[in-house]
Amino acid sequence: MKIIVNIQLKEGVLDPQGKAVHHALSALSFNEVDDVRIGKQIVMQVNETDKDKAVARVSEMCEELLANTVIENYEIEIA
Amino acid sequence: MKVSVVVFPGTNCEMDTKYAYEKLEADVELVFHKDATLPANTDLVVLPGGFSYGDYLRSAAIAKFSPIMKDVIRFANEGGKVLGICNGFQMLLEMGLLEGAMKRNSNVHFISKYHHLRVINNENKFLQKLNIGDVINIPIAHGEGNYFIDEQGLEKLYSNNQVLLKYADENGIDKNPNGSVDSIACICNENGNVFGLMPHPERAIETLLGSSDGVKMLQGLMEG
Repeated sequence: MKIIVNIQLKEGVLDPQGKAVHHALSALSFNEVDDVRIGKQIVMQVNETDKDKAVARVSEMCEELLANTVIENYEIEIA
Repeated sequence: MKVSVVVFPGTNCEMDTKYAYEKLEADVELVFHKDATLPANTDLVVLPGGFSYGDYLRSAAIAKFSPIMKDVIRFANEGGKVLGICNGFQMLLEMGLLEGAMKRNSNVHFISKYHHLRVINNENKFLQKLNIGDVINIPIAHGEGNYFIDEQGLEKLYSNNQVLLKYADENGIDKNPNGSVDSIACICNENGNVFGLMPHPERAIETLLGSSDGVKMLQGLMEG
């Protein structure tokens, strides 16, 4: 099963990379951009057929390693 | 005085740290990350600076699962002194031995230069040889040194005297190079035995090479 984990900085946590990219887009006259947030996407192939079980395991992975829950949120998606 | 300096793949400040503590006449041993236990007579553990595991995923995210870390956590929980410098500070945050997290510097650049720091609290082993308000000058070198903690956590740090150093200018006025909350450069845990800072005291031990302001800090951990 293919699982996609999206990791984003929590709302209210300033994203320096997003800010820099936003600034660069403005410099290129893409003025319609109001905000940019940059995150990470982790794509994994998981050897499990039960969706709920797979999601539960990946949540554990996020809590223990993949995300730093002090500053980041994660979303798990089954592709 | 036995100092154990832990070396991870990608660590690059272990020799500076060893040199600095040997100059202070400590017995220093480099400990490999794959070792299961710290040397038995360890008085101080230093997690040195560098780029453990290539900073993959997040700075220090992988290092916390190295075999030696279980024993470092045990040592810290038993009241042993632990100092995390730069990447080592990031490890202490990732392991939860210190509170908060590190983000990219607010200017998104790697910053490598001397920076002034102001002593906020000296009622601890690390800064006991300095005075509150002292301004010291030691190098910083990091890309992810933007310290974050939520408001509740910040209040707790202040009320327990866990904020030890702030980034400042030469007059001691707050000056923030990386976006850290309240310009914080160094904190300790509630029990006062685990210390983390982004600046590099081990790179400031010779006046001839720019500054010796790091000596008093490193010495502090050798006493009491």
